Amino acid sequence: MGVNVPEDLRYTSGHEWARLEGGRVRVGITDYAQDALGDIVYIGLPAPGATATAGESLCELESTKSVSDVYAPVDGTVVEVNSELVDAPQRVNEDPYGEGWICVIDPVSPDALQSLLDPEAYRGLIEA
Amino acid sequence: MSAPGGRAASSPLLGRAAEPTIFDLSVPGRRAASFRTTGMPEWPAEQLVPASELRPEPVPLAEVSERDLVAHMTRLSHRQYSVDLGAYPLGSCTMKYNPKVCDEAAALPGLLAVHPATPPAYAQGWLELMWSLAHALCRVTAMDAASLQPPAGAAGELTGLLLMRAYHRGNGRSPHKVLIPDSAHGTNPASVTLAGYQAVSVPSGPQGVVELGTLRRYLDDDVAGMMLTNPNTLGLFETEVASLAEAVHGCGGLMYYDGANLNAILGVARPGDMGFDIVHMNLHKTFAVPHGGGGPGAGPVAVTRALAPLLPGPVPARLEDGSFTWLVPERSIGRAHGWHGNALALARAWAYILANGADGLKRVSEVAVLNANWLLSRLRGVYTVPFDRPPMHEVVVSARGAGGDARPGRHGAGLRAVDVAKRLLEEGFHSPTVYFPLIVPEALMIEPTETESPETVAALADALVAIARQGPGPAAGAAPRTTPIGRVDEAGAARSLVATWDQG
Repeated sequence: MGVNVPEDLRYTSGHEWARLEGGRVRVGITDYAQDALGDIVYIGLPAPGATATAGESLCELESTKSVSDVYAPVDGTVVEVNSELVDAPQRVNEDPYGEGWICVIDPVSPDALQSLLDPEAYRGLIEA
Repeated sequence: MSAPGGRAASSPLLGRAAEPTIFDLSVPGRRAASFRTTGMPEWPAEQLVPASELRPEPVPLAEVSERDLVAHMTRLSHRQYSVDLGAYPLGSCTMKYNPKVCDEAAALPGLLAVHPATPPAYAQGWLELMWSLAHALCRVTAMDAASLQPPAGAAGELTGLLLMRAYHRGNGRSPHKVLIPDSAHGTNPASVTLAGYQAVSVPSGPQGVVELGTLRRYLDDDVAGMMLTNPNTLGLFETEVASLAEAVHGCGGLMYYDGANLNAILGVARPGDMGFDIVHMNLHKTFAVPHGGGGPGAGPVAVTRALAPLLPGPVPARLEDGSFTWLVPERSIGRAHGWHGNALALARAWAYILANGADGLKRVSEVAVLNANWLLSRLRGVYTVPFDRPPMHEVVVSARGAGGDARPGRHGAGLRAVDVAKRLLEEGFHSPTVYFPLIVPEALMIEPTETESPETVAALADALVAIARQGPGPAAGAAPRTTPIGRVDEAGAARSLVATWDQG
């Protein structure tokens, strides 16, 4: 069973994904990341309105194995968070690119995603 | 070969029935203590306690007799695995057997019946014990002065980082960053954050250790210091430690030694000689103070001469006439404990040091390292060894690819670390640490310690090899089947935690 790396997303080396949606950026963690973390049991969501700084911690995920930071893929402001995850953190495991999204960031720069990894580069990273 | 003394598979359990909770045993009106009632005056609670402090309803506690309470607790205690029951190879925790002579020493009436506020003149024995222990810990670590106050490893870390901060402040500097390898214990970044610093993770190299070239990329004058565990959590000696220390010192930073793995180097290598400035020790690991039930532990901090005036105080000191007293170091950062630390843990550690002597302590580390190396020699080729170099006191292997099965673990096909851990319980051993360090997938971190006999280490190795050969499948997934409680739903329990007894 392979690891799912959708073609329409951009990625970070810290295993976050970013999707451009009408000028805003939806963020989550990758299939590879959720698999490596194991069963996610808790998520500390960022506060709406919080400042996101690319490469710095956005929030924390706790699995049965460890606590991990989720890093912001782009600079900007958090405008929406997936509060469904508070009661159902397992969505991140079940559907990391869909219902398991974490937050939406209003980016400082509209072409912020350009500096992130494309699917091919990300696939290369996780297969290395 | 003789039977392995550390295999607990024979542990007697009379029945397979679940132990009821204390609430299930409750009978209204039943009491665990029966005092005489005849001739005793009675006061209503309202006369003794202000109305604002009284609950409208009594707290619904379990109501049981003393006899049933003791039986319940004793049955529960029979279901606990412990160091006194069998081998406990929980990596990084150094769950070695604690000699009973240390308990005996700590139970001496002359030590037990002393209040911590006793004036020094009437507590000379305790002061001498603490002074001697601090002295011995400095000798083991090549440090100059120590505070015995921090009551746990994490408390020692925080104390050490506050010393780092005070040192820089004394020099008119306020750097913000502390470097930590990616193999570090989770307490390191937590302590760094708590001390007001920013934790910066430094990746380990392909040999599983921090490389000077990599470290240099992270060094600048905003670096307050570096925390390093040596040997590290992979059980590997940080071979470049001397040049790492030189580089960190070169930019004005201090070197912090996390003593979690000190059990590997007693009498063989000393943190001070490696270039460290601040050292915390886990007496409850290395110096045989019982732990694993929440303490009490002890995490003394030792430092170089330059940092000695900053230590938490008071510290035990010897006067010219040979008597002992308390002294507060001149620029002390303040207290790390309300009194003098967990004193009886300190007494146990001192007894352990005296009972072993310098040669005995060296032998502790030699045998700890020998046991780990021997275990690895049995596991190599059966489990994946991510960094295959001679380990120190513990071994990190991966269940991924174990038994020659190349399928990845979590996707349901290959053997998982959790399955190995649960199967090991059926074989009569405590589980190793799993899924740590984080840089190894399906990690099993196994620390046999020096107190397990060759027969026990062999039996542990046999069990681990058999589990890998058996591979994944229904048996691995269903384990443990012989314990009072089988496989628990860890994720379910963590997601919907019920921490109180539901009276409804």
